[in-house]
Amino acid sequence: MLVLAVTVGVLTAAGVWLLQQRSMVRAIFGLTLISHAVNLLLLTTGVPGWRVEPLMSTAQAADAADPLPQAFVLTAIVISMATTIFMLALAVIGRDDDQEKVPETGEEHA
Amino acid sequence: MDQGLVSLAPLAVLLPILGAALAFVLVRRPRAQIAVTVTTITITLMLECLLLAATWDTGAVAVFLGGWEAPWGITMVVDRFSALMLVISSAVVLAVLVYASAQGVTDQDQGGPVSIFHPTFLILVAGVSNAFLAGDLFNLYVGFEMLLTASYVLLTLGGTGPRVRAGVTYVVVSVISSVVFLAAIAMIYGATGTVNMADLAGKLAQLDPDVQMVLHVMLLVGFGIKAAVFPLSFWLPDSYPTAPAPVTAVFAGLLTKVGVYAIVRTETLLFPGDRVNAVLLWIALLTMIVGILGALAQNDIKRVLSFTLVSHIGYMIFGLGMSNVLGLGATIFYVVHHITVQTSLFLVTGLIEQRAGTANVDRLGGLARISPLIAILFFLPAMNLAGIPPFSGFLGKVGLVQAGVGADSMMAWALVVGSVVTSLLTLLVMVRVWTRAFWRRVEDVEHPPAKLVLAMDSHEAALASSTATREARDGRGRTVRGPTVGLVAPTIGLVALGLSFTVLAGPLYAFADRSATDMLARTPYIEAVLGEEAAAQAALDVGQLEDRGIVTPQEEENSGPGTFQPIEGADSEGEDAGTRPGGEVPGDPGGAPPSQDEDTSPGTEGGTP
Repeated sequence: MLVLAVTVGVLTAAGVWLLQQRSMVRAIFGLTLISHAVNLLLLTTGVPGWRVEPLMSTAQAADAADPLPQAFVLTAIVISMATTIFMLALAVIGRDDDQEKVPETGEEHA
Repeated sequence: MDQGLVSLAPLAVLLPILGAALAFVLVRRPRAQIAVTVTTITITLMLECLLLAATWDTGAVAVFLGGWEAPWGITMVVDRFSALMLVISSAVVLAVLVYASAQGVTDQDQGGPVSIFHPTFLILVAGVSNAFLAGDLFNLYVGFEMLLTASYVLLTLGGTGPRVRAGVTYVVVSVISSVVFLAAIAMIYGATGTVNMADLAGKLAQLDPDVQMVLHVMLLVGFGIKAAVFPLSFWLPDSYPTAPAPVTAVFAGLLTKVGVYAIVRTETLLFPGDRVNAVLLWIALLTMIVGILGALAQNDIKRVLSFTLVSHIGYMIFGLGMSNVLGLGATIFYVVHHITVQTSLFLVTGLIEQRAGTANVDRLGGLARISPLIAILFFLPAMNLAGIPPFSGFLGKVGLVQAGVGADSMMAWALVVGSVVTSLLTLLVMVRVWTRAFWRRVEDVEHPPAKLVLAMDSHEAALASSTATREARDGRGRTVRGPTVGLVAPTIGLVALGLSFTVLAGPLYAFADRSATDMLARTPYIEAVLGEEAAAQAALDVGQLEDRGIVTPQEEENSGPGTFQPIEGADSEGEDAGTRPGGEVPGDPGGAPPSQDEDTSPGTEGGTP
């Protein structure tokens, strides 16, 4: 439990530090770290120890893990991945934003 | 009127998603794409009107997705507030969509991959509907993420330099707000073991008050960034104005209001009572004043509008911060009014841009002569926004002032004064834009854009040759390329919708008050989701809050309209008593304060201001 708390803290701190850098790519990495920290936080709200798979046919309610935080984290990971991809695309386009128009790259779709 | 109809509520989310998929398949055929998108939104709008009709009398109804009962499954809740928001948002979205389609057809040269506009737009609609319908926090989060992801794409459409730069700010800020929200969800789940909002309403009250406060503030910060309330509003005026006009219009109208909606839900359902009201009122005051001062300093119409948008969010927070039926009802009315008005103003700005080649008031002039239609279309919502008497903006503000006066505390009076000042400053800002862009002669403009000069010349030429036959004039008009029907029609529709709120103010205000009563009582919502026992328990919890010195709204406060009358006359003598035919606002005991009087006046006056 303590390990998880420390990890969340370290990830957040590193993320905030990266976010303050000037480079867009670093900021994106920072945001990624922060969202991982939150995902871990979400995961710790269930019982962090190993539990039986929460399948109704095999497990007792007392032994089973709480499936809800895991479902949340899965959703959150998908969302943050999509956002990260989009931000990376922005970083690629924004690198030479002196140009009036960058052809085709706007099609990136997260 | 029955459960059967309301159980179709998830379709409000599903239809746009399916429409988006279909529109994406038709990516190479723009016309088919437009047809699909418009049809989808129209059907959704009709469905939502039915939902509104169904909840008009009954109040909150819950739908359990997949047959899982409340605290476990995904719940969607339609109550009066969310049904109203759904209808208004879809109506606005439909108008913007028609506008955008027309613009896409006429302005092919403006660049940008128009082909992905329609699917993305539909996803945005799905996200907004999902946020309004969500019965649990995580579903609310998913709704937010859907609309945000779509909005990232729309904001950076075309990938030009300024848009990407604005997009980066917007995306980073939005991601941070989502992360805060998600962390709050994690902690709430850790503390209570549920994310269902009705369930939470009961369980959060049992937590340690300090823990409650932390969770409360985290939620408010997360939503506050999205709603652009003052200290968290810095990103909005930077990122909105660069997007294409229809995109900005729908963002300004809807996205911040989703944030406001979430704040309203947090304040009423999850954390009732007046724990943070003092802070909320301060925030409301600062948002109003700082926002409108920012607007004064701008000279691009889009930026001006972005700042007024921030400023008027303050009004909504003000009504919410009063946490009584009067204030909350006025907030609901104001949200509805503001969505429509702000969107139509942005659409008109798009028309101005298209006609004159710029939206910078320093370089505009003579528009009232060139295009009286645009002038009228700008004037009506602008005055509506500023809160000139016959319009709905005035009614909303009267409701808020009334609530503030009724509360009769120092802070409330400060807000009453602040809101009147903000209203006057809004008027100043709007009049400034008006006189410069519409009344000034083109010759007086220092660097008029070529398009404007051209339009002026041909306009005068057309006047000079007024003896010529009508066909010749028509031909000339076409070469100047005035605003096309596709662009003007939806704008007219929205402006008319904004005006109709004045005519319909009676029933609408009564409805807003009733939904405010529902939300403050909380029991209808909880009863719909969890059944009667839980609702009774929640009512008990509210009672316990009072034992701890946390005040919740009482029945007696509902009688506000009756008590405010003498003060109202004294407070706003300069604003309404002289200009309105009806004179004093009657203290209507029916719960629809200023409406009875207004029902008659706009018919005669609304058309010819």
